[in-house]
Formats: sequence, structure tokens, C-alpha cells
Amino acid sequence: MNKKFAISVIMSLFLAACASKPIEEPKAPTTDNSPPAATAPAPASSSSDSSSSSSTTSADSNAAPKAELNPLKDPNNILSTRSIFFDYDKDEVKSEYRALVEAHAKYLVAHPNAKLVLQGNADDRGSREYNLALGQRRSVAVRKVLNALGASDTQIETISYGKEKQRCSDQTEACWAQNRRVDIVYEGE
Amino acid sequence: MVSSNFKVMFSLYNSLMPRFLFFLCLFLPLTVRAALDIEIVGGAAQQIPIAVVPFTQSVNPADNPTVIIAADLRRSGLFRLLETGGVSPLPRELADVKYPDWTALQAQALVIGKVEPTAGGRLKVSFRLLDVLKQGQLAALEYDIAPTQLRQTSHKIADIIYQKLTGEMGVFSTRITYVIKQGNRQSLMIADADGYNPQPVLAGTEPIISPAWSPDGTKLAYVSFEKKKPVIYVQSLTSGQRVVLANYKGNNSAPAWSPDGRKLAIVLSLSGNTQIYTINADGTGLQPLTHGLTIDTEPQWSPDGKWIYFTSDRGGSPQIYRIPPAGGNAQRVTFEGSYNVSPKLSPDNKLMAFVRRGDSGKFQIATQELASGQVQVLSETARDESPSFAPNGRLIIYATHINNKGVLSVVSADGKVKQRFSEVGDVREPAWSPSTN
Repeated sequence: MNKKFAISVIMSLFLAACASKPIEEPKAPTTDNSPPAATAPAPASSSSDSSSSSSTTSADSNAAPKAELNPLKDPNNILSTRSIFFDYDKDEVKSEYRALVEAHAKYLVAHPNAKLVLQGNADDRGSREYNLALGQRRSVAVRKVLNALGASDTQIETISYGKEKQRCSDQTEACWAQNRRVDIVYEGE
Repeated sequence: MVSSNFKVMFSLYNSLMPRFLFFLCLFLPLTVRAALDIEIVGGAAQQIPIAVVPFTQSVNPADNPTVIIAADLRRSGLFRLLETGGVSPLPRELADVKYPDWTALQAQALVIGKVEPTAGGRLKVSFRLLDVLKQGQLAALEYDIAPTQLRQTSHKIADIIYQKLTGEMGVFSTRITYVIKQGNRQSLMIADADGYNPQPVLAGTEPIISPAWSPDGTKLAYVSFEKKKPVIYVQSLTSGQRVVLANYKGNNSAPAWSPDGRKLAIVLSLSGNTQIYTINADGTGLQPLTHGLTIDTEPQWSPDGKWIYFTSDRGGSPQIYRIPPAGGNAQRVTFEGSYNVSPKLSPDNKLMAFVRRGDSGKFQIATQELASGQVQVLSETARDESPSFAPNGRLIIYATHINNKGVLSVVSADGKVKQRFSEVGDVREPAWSPSTN
């Protein structure tokens, strides 16, 4: 019993010593969870998607509206692919991503209320601030291709996470290649 | 029986607290605090042999002036601390000092002192710094303090000893800020320069980068991604309040204070390109400073206010340039190698610390003497970032990686003394506070 008393005193002393009052970051305000597609005119817009699975699914849906598959989240739809990868020290959008960027451009044109953020990223070598700028170059490059395909800048924001969102941390070319990318995130996601 | 067990456990707690506090804190659900542990590697060629006689036996070791002063002096790399145990009895008053005892140990300097309880639970801390060779007094001071100020007072005494014996300002009373990442959480921390008393300033699940102390040491500017994009905040360390300094479209980052604290240089991608602007500390008066299609970032005001140094790839590769704060032509500053970034100026405006990528691909801290252009690489590690000068210009703190984990390291500006801070968690983005003197 003496030991228990002593241990509980020590634990409470540790707890007291560990208390602190930092600013806790507020959670980023989330807009309502229904995707933009839900508010857009349905059948005509879904024809612009490269897959028709969304209309099939909505026909099959039960009473619950969330059974309707959002093309942005449908794994069979190219719109659910959200990352574009870049070569070392480069910010050109490679031709293999052309179809992907085109699909997102068409989606924006067809859904004037839809908004997306292009998040640029860089691998983890070098200064954080310089890498923030490199990531920005990449998000701007994707934006320019979207613009050329008709998407409006009022629906696009370009930002960079620099090297702050690494998908892996090995010091290997395979890992660095995964981090040289732009991620597409729609508003409300 | 209860009381004797309690006493034993309490004194065990006291002696173990600095080391084990951080382990126990890990198991608490709230914001984690951890003390930084410091290991010294290397030392100055010529160290001053000094003996610090125990001031008292009765104080908690974590607040024991002798322990703190000796650790401060040892950590500077400029002193060799001598064993005092062989001298008996140990002097507490000037009259008790027998200089032959200390010349026998080859001491050049001797510190004696006392901690005495006074009315109202307060303490009187007094010390004398003695020159053993000349057998004279170099300093003697007395402090009337609350017991909670014992650590801070010990650092002040170490500063005085350091200054009297080296001629340089001591930085033992200064603080550092850094970001620690544990799992998916990041916290912006402030700690004493010896790693003690870490306090969180901001905590959350989104990244925090580029903290910058205001010149008067009362505010921190930093970049937080809590709004899912980089935004610059300025937070008062006295009130805890913070304001958004810049949240323009795109990125807002790299805040750097002017020497008078009235403006900041910041980096925005508002125009479509990453460019440098200046802005008043209250967020008004945004002015572009650099223009063009290339990347311009990492602005740093020189301490004399004459230049803003920055990183730019306008020449085809990232190099360091400087431009007058009111605008004008930029001059290139670095010419060796293909990647030179993150400029920081020493308080005397003579030396620039930066990060260079060497031929082997290693990112290393280096200095460039501005007058001669002479470059010296200071580190032997490979992934260095974020150098920051101590306010006496003698030390540089930076972030690096050991075994793929982010750690803080301190190196003297001449490269001779190295300290490594170890932490539980991934540490990065250090910045040294201004002097409190």
C-alpha cells in the first residue's frame, strides 16, 4: 500500500509537469460532404465522363441517395485518379497524364460550381521553402493545361505543400519519384 | 514507514526527472513534451580550465546552479571543467579561498557561490568569479529570486562568467524554437538554449514550417498549413494571441523580420510566380520586391538593414542574391557549385551561413565570408537544413538527419565545436532567439 501511494504521487507529479497550453490548430472548415456532382444536372453531365457507370449505378440505387456513385470517387472513372507525377527537376506535364488532366478539365467545364485545389509537391531533398516553390511550379503547370482545355481559373486554386506531404521517406529514386507530384483535391473532400 | 518510502521515491524522482520526464510524457494523451538531450562532439583547440565549486547541496539537481553553470560552460566547447572533489574543505566565502589549491589543479578561473533561503520562501543566490593566476576577483553578484527562477539565474551567471573570460556575449539565457513531428502530429516548440523547459506554441495535424523570432523576442512568425495551404501567422509569446499576417491566394511563406521589427519580407505565389514582397508587421502595405518568372524565396534581412538576401534560380540554378530592401538591382552572392540556398547573416554582418549541395549530392551547412567570398563547409552530415545564428554570432543551430531521423545540431561558426541534440521524435526548423540582454 505504501508503494501504491508513492507511485500514484509520482504519476500525478509527472502529469502536472507534462501539462501545457499550446494553441491547438482548429480543424480546417469542411464544407458539406455532398460532392459537387450532386447539385449539377445529372444525366447530361455524366455523359462527359469517360465511363457510364455513374448513370447505371443511380438507376440501380435503392432509396438511399449515397448509393449514387460520384464520378470523382468512382474507381472505374479516370476522375478518381488524382495524382500527376513529374520527372526530376522538371515541371512539365508528361503526355501520359494528358487524358487525366483532360478529364478533370471537362468536369470543371461541365460543373461550373465545382472547385478544385492543385497541391504541388516535391521530393524531400533540399530546403523546405525552395521545395515549396518547386511544388508550386508543378501545380501551376497543371493549371495551365487545364486552362488550355477550357477550365476557368475561378474554379482552380494552386498551392504547394513542398516537401511536407511525403508519401515515403526512403532515400531512393523510387521514393523521390512518388513525391514529385501534383494532387488534385476537389472542394468538400 | 509511508514517509520514508515517500522520501526515497521523491528524491529518486528529482534526480531522474530531467532524463525520464520525456519518456513518461510520451504516454500521455495530450500534447507531448520532451526535453532535448545534448551530446558534445569536439572542442576548441584551447579551452579555459575552470573550477565551479558547488554552491549548495540542498537544491533539486534540476535547479542546481553548479550543475547548470558547469553544463553551460562545457557545452560552449571553450571551457574545461575541473574536478573540485579533491579540495577540502570547499570554499564558500572569499576568505576561505586558498589559491594554491587551485593553481595545483591548473585552474585559470574559479567560481564560488551560495544559495541561501530568505524571507517569504525566496532565495538569495550569490557568486564570485576569481582569476586564479592573478588572485583577484573578476565579478561578484547577488540575486534575490523566487525558487522558480533558479534555472534562469544560473544561466545569467554562466553568461557573466563566459563574457568575463572570453570577451564575448554569452547566449545561455537565450531560447530556441523548433518543430517536432510525432506520428501525424506537428508541434511548434520553444525551449531554453540547453533544451530544457520545452513549451508548445502551436500543435495540430498539419505541417508547420519557417518559424522566425521578432527582433525583440516577443513574437514568432511562422507558416502553418492548418487551412490546407501555407498561411503566415504572427503569434505573441506574451499573450498567446495570434493574427494572420498573410493569406493571399496561393502560398504565403518564408516570413523574415526587418531589424527594427516593423516590417517582414514574405514570399507569395499570388502573381502566379513565387516572389518576395515586404509587408508591415500589422499586415498592411504589401509591396512587391522581386519580379519575374523565376523562383525568388527565403528572404533574410541583413542585421544592418542594408540588404535583403534571398534564394533565386534566376541564373538557372538556385543561388543566393541580395537586393536593397527598397528595391533595385539584385547582386549575386554565391558562385561556387550548383545549389546554394537558405541564407542567414551573422549579427556582425560579416558571415553568411547557408546550405550548399556539394558534388557528392550532400546538402551541408557552410559559411561564406562576405568580404572575401571564402566558403567553409561546417558539417559532416548529408541532409542539412535551416541554419540559424546564435545572437553572439559564434554558434549556428541547424537541422539534419541521423539514421533517417530529424535531429538538431549546433556547430561553432569556425566549425570546431559540435553539439548534437537528440529527441524523441523527428525535429526540424530550428531558429535561435535574439539576446535577452
